[in-house]
Amino acid sequence: MAQIELVDVVKEYSVWHRAGRVRRQRKLVRAVDRISLSVAEGELCGYIGPNGAGKSTTVKMLTGIIVPTSGRIRVAGKDPQRQRIELARRIGVVFGQRTQLWWDLPLADSFDLLRHVYRVPHDRHRANVNAFIDLLDLGPFMQTPVRQLSLGQRMRGDLTAALLHDPEILYLDEPTIGLDVVSKARVREFLASVNRDRGVTVLLTTHDLTDVERLCTRLVVIDHGRLIHDGTVAEIKSRFGDHRTVVVDLEEAGPPLEVAGAEVVGVDGPRQWLRFDRQATTAAAVVAAVAEQAALRDIAIEEPDIEDVVRRIYSGDAASTPDLRDDPSRA
Amino acid sequence: MVDVGTIAVYRRLIGARVRSDFGFRASFAFRLVSACVITGLDFAVIAVVFTKIGRLGGWRFSEVAYLYGACGVAFSVAETWIGGVDYLAVRIKQGTFDRVLVRPMSALGQLATEEFALRRIGKLFQAGAVLVAALVAIPVQWTTGRILMVPVTIAAGAVIYGAVWVATAAISFWTVDANELGNALTYGGNYLTQYPITIYSAWLRRLLAFVVPMAFVGYFPSLYVLGRTAPSERFGLPSVVMFSSPVVAAAACAVASAIWRVGLRRYRSTGS
Repeated sequence: MAQIELVDVVKEYSVWHRAGRVRRQRKLVRAVDRISLSVAEGELCGYIGPNGAGKSTTVKMLTGIIVPTSGRIRVAGKDPQRQRIELARRIGVVFGQRTQLWWDLPLADSFDLLRHVYRVPHDRHRANVNAFIDLLDLGPFMQTPVRQLSLGQRMRGDLTAALLHDPEILYLDEPTIGLDVVSKARVREFLASVNRDRGVTVLLTTHDLTDVERLCTRLVVIDHGRLIHDGTVAEIKSRFGDHRTVVVDLEEAGPPLEVAGAEVVGVDGPRQWLRFDRQATTAAAVVAAVAEQAALRDIAIEEPDIEDVVRRIYSGDAASTPDLRDDPSRA
Repeated sequence: MVDVGTIAVYRRLIGARVRSDFGFRASFAFRLVSACVITGLDFAVIAVVFTKIGRLGGWRFSEVAYLYGACGVAFSVAETWIGGVDYLAVRIKQGTFDRVLVRPMSALGQLATEEFALRRIGKLFQAGAVLVAALVAIPVQWTTGRILMVPVTIAAGAVIYGAVWVATAAISFWTVDANELGNALTYGGNYLTQYPITIYSAWLRRLLAFVVPMAFVGYFPSLYVLGRTAPSERFGLPSVVMFSSPVVAAAACAVASAIWRVGLRRYRSTGS
């Protein structure tokens, strides 16, 4: 059963522009443009896109904070617009930039308050808190006021806070933003275990593509409010990552090689990087052509990493999406 | 809708706010004392005026003091319990209002309790002291009706102030820059109600009687307590207005909650 379902969801905002001294002109901006998406129970779905692509707007609609202009949304079978409070008991939300915790109180107090806000039975709450203290090593700062926590500690606290009421669905908006490498790894490990062991459906919004590669079974990419890719990480690589790079170590340093169908993208002494299109040629042909021109010592083939792929998507290289936001006909 | 369990949760949210405030003891004490001093100055102004004149709008000093005390107590109760909705504008600007919307409780209830302002209770002590002194000093024949009217005045007044507070705070759903307008109506309204409204010009009296129902907080019910002439003689209003404060309070609540709901709906459709 689909836990999260969006059908033709549109969200438009009015933006007021200054036109003259006092007069203002209204302009309609489409933050989310006919997105349809279905996330099954137990999925861990990455939701990525450049700044302003409409990610946060989507998460806000899914939580019922804002309502869509048109289209249909169902979360756990409920309409977030009409059943916000009922739904709130079944979802957990982490906004990476803003804490849900009580700023001036010890972390333990926030957890206790949330037990009451969500009316979690005492035993269940105790068991959850203890489990999360172990998983996230919260023990040393449970009695520290939240404002004194480091960013990593606070994020661990926020993750716990979002999960104490056993939500079926967890929305994460940039949960690793600003964290150091160790904290990031720890958060990822934790999310994977929450998804695996508790069966929580996770929708993860992030800029950190390592998050996506390590965690997500599925990747949804949006840009300018439109869904431009929905599939596995491998699929996106093969769809948008048609290029491979052959790294050759030559016996001697030389000028850039000239190989049909490939392009030298880097030279470092005897090492050269040759990028080629898989549709046009093969790695074997490129290596053979290089071997004809120079003495080869070693070769390696680099797969495109997700970062490259997404950078290309964002820059408009791979997908052709018209820029709706500046379309004057919508104004 | 609001069951015992919900009230218990709100009590805990208030407790959390109070504990947070107590974390900064010196600051808390300072605010408490400064609230007493500042509101005390309001009353000092009235006292100074009465050293020059014997009556104000036909009212004696003790009568104005009663009006001031009753309104002040009602106001500070509302300010403490619901004045936190003032923070709506700040919350919307910072984006922290969204967190109350992802929780399974009323947004207004959470906002008011999370921003419960015990530090504002200083005014309660000050106005309470004035009220007690005035009750002793006013020259009236105390009847059961008059005695009962005092707590009714305060309760209805607190509800009316609270409704004005919610209604004006809800303006932030449309524009976060209009907080000053809200404060003008709440704090300004309180300031105006400290005096018998007969001293104001006709348009302001009408505004206070019919639009922002501040006259029902203090003036009209006080006419009854103080045994003064019915408003019919000065306003062309039936004397029943002296007893109408609870009804006006209920109506004000209905209007305020409608404005709040429309505002919240707007916020949720714009998200900004």
